[in-house]
Amino acid sequence: MNHRHTTLRDRARAIAPGLASPALLALAILFLLTCFASLPARAQDYNAALDKFLSDSFPDTEAGIAGVQAVGDPRGVPVIEALLDRRLLVNQAAKAIVYRDRAGATFDARTGEPAAAPDSPTTVRLNNRLRGIAQAALGAMTLLSPDPTRRRQAAEAVFRSRDASALPAIDQALARETLPSVRDALRLARAAIVLTDDATPMADRIAAVDVVSASADRDRIGLLRQVMNRAPAELKPALEAGIAKIENVLKMREIAQTFWFGLSLGSVLLLAAIGLAITFGVMGVINMAHGEMVMIGAYVTFMVQETIRNSAPELFDYSLLISLPLAFFVAGAIGVAIERGIIRFLYGRPLETLLATFGVSLFLQQGVRTIFGPTNREVGAPGFMSGYFEFFGLQITYGRLWIVVFAIFVFAMLLLVLKGTSLGLHMRAVTQNRRMAASMGIRTGFVDAMTFGLGSGIAGIAGVALSQIDNVSPNLGQGYIIDSFMVVVFGGVGNLWGTLVAALSLGVANKLLEPFAGAVLGKILILVLLILFIQKRPRGLFALKGRAVEQ
Amino acid sequence: MNTPVVRALLYLDGVNVTFDGFRALRSLSLTVETGAMRAIIGPNGAGKTTMMDVITGKTKPDNGDVLFADGTVDLTRHDEASIAELGIGRKFQKPTVFESHTVADNVLLATAGPRGAFSSLWGARARVERERIDEALETVRLLAHRDRRAGELSHGQKQWLEIAMLLAQNPKLLLVDEPVAGMTDAETETTAELLREINRDHTVVVVEHDMSFVRALDCRVTCLHEGSVLAEGSIDTIASNERVIEVYLGR
Amino acid sequence: MIAALLAEKLDGRGKIFLIFLALLALLVPICNLLVPAGSAFHIGTGTVVLLGKWLCYAMLAVALDLVWGYCGILSLGHGAFFALGGYAMGMYLMRQIGTRGVYGHPVLPDFMVFLNWTELPVAWWGFQNPVYAMFMVLAVPGALAFVFGWFAFRSRVTGVYLSIITQALTYALLLAFFRNDMGFGGNNGLTDFKDIFGFNVQSAGTRMALFLASVAGLVIAFLIARFMVTSTFGKVLVAIRDAESRTRFLGYRVERFKLLVFVVSAMMAGVAGALYVPQVGIINPSEFSPINSIEAVVWVAMGGRGTLVGAALGAGIVNALKTTFTTGALAPYWLFVLGALFVLVTVALPAGILGAAESLIKRMRGSGSPARKPAE
Repeated sequence: MNHRHTTLRDRARAIAPGLASPALLALAILFLLTCFASLPARAQDYNAALDKFLSDSFPDTEAGIAGVQAVGDPRGVPVIEALLDRRLLVNQAAKAIVYRDRAGATFDARTGEPAAAPDSPTTVRLNNRLRGIAQAALGAMTLLSPDPTRRRQAAEAVFRSRDASALPAIDQALARETLPSVRDALRLARAAIVLTDDATPMADRIAAVDVVSASADRDRIGLLRQVMNRAPAELKPALEAGIAKIENVLKMREIAQTFWFGLSLGSVLLLAAIGLAITFGVMGVINMAHGEMVMIGAYVTFMVQETIRNSAPELFDYSLLISLPLAFFVAGAIGVAIERGIIRFLYGRPLETLLATFGVSLFLQQGVRTIFGPTNREVGAPGFMSGYFEFFGLQITYGRLWIVVFAIFVFAMLLLVLKGTSLGLHMRAVTQNRRMAASMGIRTGFVDAMTFGLGSGIAGIAGVALSQIDNVSPNLGQGYIIDSFMVVVFGGVGNLWGTLVAALSLGVANKLLEPFAGAVLGKILILVLLILFIQKRPRGLFALKGRAVEQ
Repeated sequence: MNTPVVRALLYLDGVNVTFDGFRALRSLSLTVETGAMRAIIGPNGAGKTTMMDVITGKTKPDNGDVLFADGTVDLTRHDEASIAELGIGRKFQKPTVFESHTVADNVLLATAGPRGAFSSLWGARARVERERIDEALETVRLLAHRDRRAGELSHGQKQWLEIAMLLAQNPKLLLVDEPVAGMTDAETETTAELLREINRDHTVVVVEHDMSFVRALDCRVTCLHEGSVLAEGSIDTIASNERVIEVYLGR
Repeated sequence: MIAALLAEKLDGRGKIFLIFLALLALLVPICNLLVPAGSAFHIGTGTVVLLGKWLCYAMLAVALDLVWGYCGILSLGHGAFFALGGYAMGMYLMRQIGTRGVYGHPVLPDFMVFLNWTELPVAWWGFQNPVYAMFMVLAVPGALAFVFGWFAFRSRVTGVYLSIITQALTYALLLAFFRNDMGFGGNNGLTDFKDIFGFNVQSAGTRMALFLASVAGLVIAFLIARFMVTSTFGKVLVAIRDAESRTRFLGYRVERFKLLVFVVSAMMAGVAGALYVPQVGIINPSEFSPINSIEAVVWVAMGGRGTLVGAALGAGIVNALKTTFTTGALAPYWLFVLGALFVLVTVALPAGILGAAESLIKRMRGSGSPARKPAE
C-alpha cells in the first residue's frame, strides 16, 4: 500500500508543480544543490574504476568491477553486462574503453554516449571466478541500487526473465531491503524463479504459489498458467487455487472498474441535471433551454482559455478555476433574462413554458453557431486534469476523479444554499405558497428570477466541467436535455437527494448494461426502462405521496 | 374477510391511510344511513379530504372496510369511474367544471348514460336529455345561463353548476367538499337551502368549516381529529363537547 | 344524406378549408400538366412535390391537434409515428426495386447485400405486397401508440411528464434506427426508390397522383378528426383537457378515451408519413429526431390549437417560412425565426393565428365574446 501513496504523491508533484508549497520548493532546491555538489567527485571515482579495465589483467579487472560497484553509478550497469558478454573493448594506448550493445552499436563507457570503436581493440577477458564476481556485482548494482525505483525495476526484470542465476542476488537484496514495495517485488521475483525451477523442493514451490497469488494482475496469472501447463500433480491443487484466487480478484476489480466508470458517468449526469433540479424540481419550470446553459458554460471556458493563451499563458492551469465564476454569472444572467423576459408570463402553464423555452434553446444554439461557428472548439485540459494513478489495481484518471469530486462539491454547495441561506428559505417559501410568501413581504418576482438564475448558473458551471469530456459545439446541450429530465423525474421532482441517487444509479446502470448490450442499445434499454418506471411511479423514486403534492 | 352485516348506505370501519409515515386516517369508522344528511367538521389535516378520496377510490386505504349500499359493495376494489357508476358523486373543494364547455354541456356530460369511449362516438344523446339538463339547471338556479361558457361564471355559480352536474349524475350518495368556501353570505344561505332540497332524494355528506352553515344544514355532525372520529351527534352536542372545543372550535 | 352529415359536422372555417383543398386539387394539376412550361401560371414539378410535402405535414398537424388541442396530451413524439408510417412505406418501395439495385439482388435491398446478409429479416417479410404494406402503415404506429398509451394513460402520466416520455420514446427510436443491425438501413435509411404500385416514382404523372393522394389524405383525416371532436366523444375529450379528475368522478374511464384518440392520431400520423416518403424519395432515422416532433407542435400552436383547420394552416405557414429561410442568403437565420416563433406563439398568440383572427373579426362585429381559452 505504502508505495502507492508515494507514487501518487510523486506524480501529483510532478504533474502540478505550481501547487507545491514554498517549503517543499525550498527542500527540492536544497536536494538538487547537494546532488550537483557531489557529482564531480563521484564522476572521478567512476572514471578511475573504469581505467582499471584498460590493462586487461585479472587482478585489475577485479578491482575495476569492485570500483564500479562501489561507485554505484547507473552508467556502470551496461559496462558490467558487456564485460560478462565479452563485449567490453579497450585500447590501452588510446585510453579508450568502449562497450558494444547486443545490436552492435558502440558506446563510450565513461559517458554512455555513442562512440566509435577504437582501433585494434582488445576484448576484456574473464575467468570463472571473475565471472561470478561480475554477476554478483551486476545484481547488486541493480537490486541493491540506492534508488528504490531501480531496485523495483530490477526485481520486476528478474520476475519476467525468471533467470535462476539471479537467485543469490535476490536473496541478498531481500535480506537488506527495507522498503515494503520493493520487498514485495523481490519476493515475487524469487517466487517466480522458484516456481519455474523444477529442481526446487515442492514445499517451497507451493509456498511460492501463495506469494504469487497474494496480489492480482495479468502477469501473475500468466505465470501461474504457464507453470500449470507442465506442473507435477502435487503442485496442481495449489496452482489451481492460486489461479482461482487471482481470477476472483480480477473479477472484483472489473466490477469495481464498472462501478467507477458508472460513478463517473453518473456524476456527469448529476452535473448536467443539478441545475434542472432547481428550475424544474423546485420551481416547476420546464426549461428546455437548460442544455444550452451548459453549452454556454462550456463556451465561456473556451473564451477564458483563448484569452489566457493570447495574453497570459502561464495562467493556463488556472483557466478552469477562472471560468467557474464567469460561467456561473454569464449563464445565470442569461437565465435571469429568460425568466424575466419570457417565463414569468407563463407560470402555471407548463406546456407553454416547455415550448417557449424550446424556442429559446434554438435561439441560443443558433446564436452560438453564428458567433463561434458550427464546428467543435478546442478546450484544453490543465495539468491537474491529465494523468492517472493506481488504486487497488484500478487505473483512475485525474480527469474523471476531478469531475466526480466537482459534481459532489456542486451538489453540496447547492444543498447549503437551499438549506442555509435566506435566498434558499425564500425560494422554498415562494414555491410552497406564493400568495402567502408575497403577503409576508417576500418579493416573489425577485426570488423567481434569482432561483432561475441560480439553476442556470449551476448549469453554466456544469458546462465548465463538461467542456473537459465532451465536444464543445453548439449542439453540446442537446445531448444532455433528455438525460437531465430523466434524472430529475426518476429521482423525484423537487427532491435534491433523489436527483443525486438517480444520477449515480443511472450512470452505473448504463455502464453495467454496456458490456451485454453495447453502448447504444444500453442507452435505449435505459430509456425504455425509465419510460416504464415513470409510468409505474410518475412522481419518481423519492416522491412525496398524498394529496399535498397533487395539483 | 367476512363481510359484516351492515345496514347503511356508507359504512367505514377501521380505515387506515398512511402517506410516507404520516397517518392521515387512523382506524376511522363512520356510518351514514340511507337518506341522511351528514356534516363532517374538523381542523385542517383532520383527514376530511383523505376520507373523501378513500370513498371515491382516489386513494386506496392500507386496511379497513369501506362498504356501500348496505354492505353489498366493497369500494376499495373499484376505481373512480366505476364508483361513480355505482352512484357516488363528488364535489371538489375548488369548483371544478369544464370551463370551455357551455353550462348545458357540463350537465350533459354528467347525466347518466353510457360512458364508453366507442359508444360516445356515435351516441346522439344531446337531443333526448335536454329536459333532464334543464331540470337540474333549474334546481341550482342556472337555467338562464345554460348557453354560456362555464368559464365565464362567477365562483359561486361554478359551485352550483358542479352541484347541478352531481344532480344530473343522480347518485345515491353525494359527497360535497366545502361548498361555501369563498361564497358571499347570501350565496351561502342559498347553498344550504339547496343542499336540504337535494337531501330529500339523496343521501348527502358535507365537509365544511363554516359553523353557521353547518347549523343551517340542521343535521347530524361528525367531528374528525387526527384521522379519527372525535365526537358525533347533533350540532348542539358537538358545539358543547369539551374536546371539540379544545381542538377545533376554540374557546 | 352525406351532405347533411357534413353540414352538421362542419363549421364555417371547415367548409372554407375543404373548398380551399378542392381548389388546390383542381388547379395544381391543371397548372402543372396542362399549362405550358413558359406560362406565368405554370407550376413546376418541384413545387408540386413541395406542396405535397406540406400537405403531409398538415395531416400530421391535424393528428397532433386532435390529441393536444382537444385532449391536452402534448405529444413530443408524434414524429415517431410519422416516421414509422414512412418506414413501412419505404420498406414496400425497397422491395419494389427488385433486381434494379446496385447489387442486383432479387430479394435483398442493397444495404443488406452490403452488410453481407444472406436472408431477409422477418420484419421485412410480406412488404412486397402493397396491401400488407399499407396495413402496416396503419398498424405499426397504431400498435406502438396503443402499447405506449396503455401504460402511460393507465398509470395516469399526464402533463409535462407525458411530454417528456414521448420525447424519450422518439429519441430511443432514433438511436435504434441508426443501428445497422436493426435492419432498416441504419444511418442512410431507405432510398433510391423506383416504382410505386407499378408506376415510376419519378414521373410527373405519379408525382401528381401522389399530390392528389395527399390532398385526399388530408381531407379524410380532417373529416375523421372533425367527426370525433363534434361527437359526445369530443366533448369528453375537452372535458378531460379541462378537468381530468372531474371527468373521472363523473364515471368516464379517462384512459380509454385518451387511448382511442391517441391511437387514431398515431395512425393518421403514420399515413401522413407514408404519403410523404415516396414524394421526398427517402426516409432515414433523422425523421425520429425530437426536433421534428417539436416543430410539428409549433405548427399547431402557430395556427391555433383545438381548431384542426388552424393546425393545418400552421403547418403550411411555418413550412412556407422554413422554405424561404432555409434557401439562399437567409439560411443561417432559420433557427432564429423558428425559436422566435415558439416564444411569440406561446407568449403573445396563445390562441394561434386562427384564434387571433377570429377574435378580431368578432370584435369588429361587436359580438364581444372573448376567444376560446387555449388548452393547458
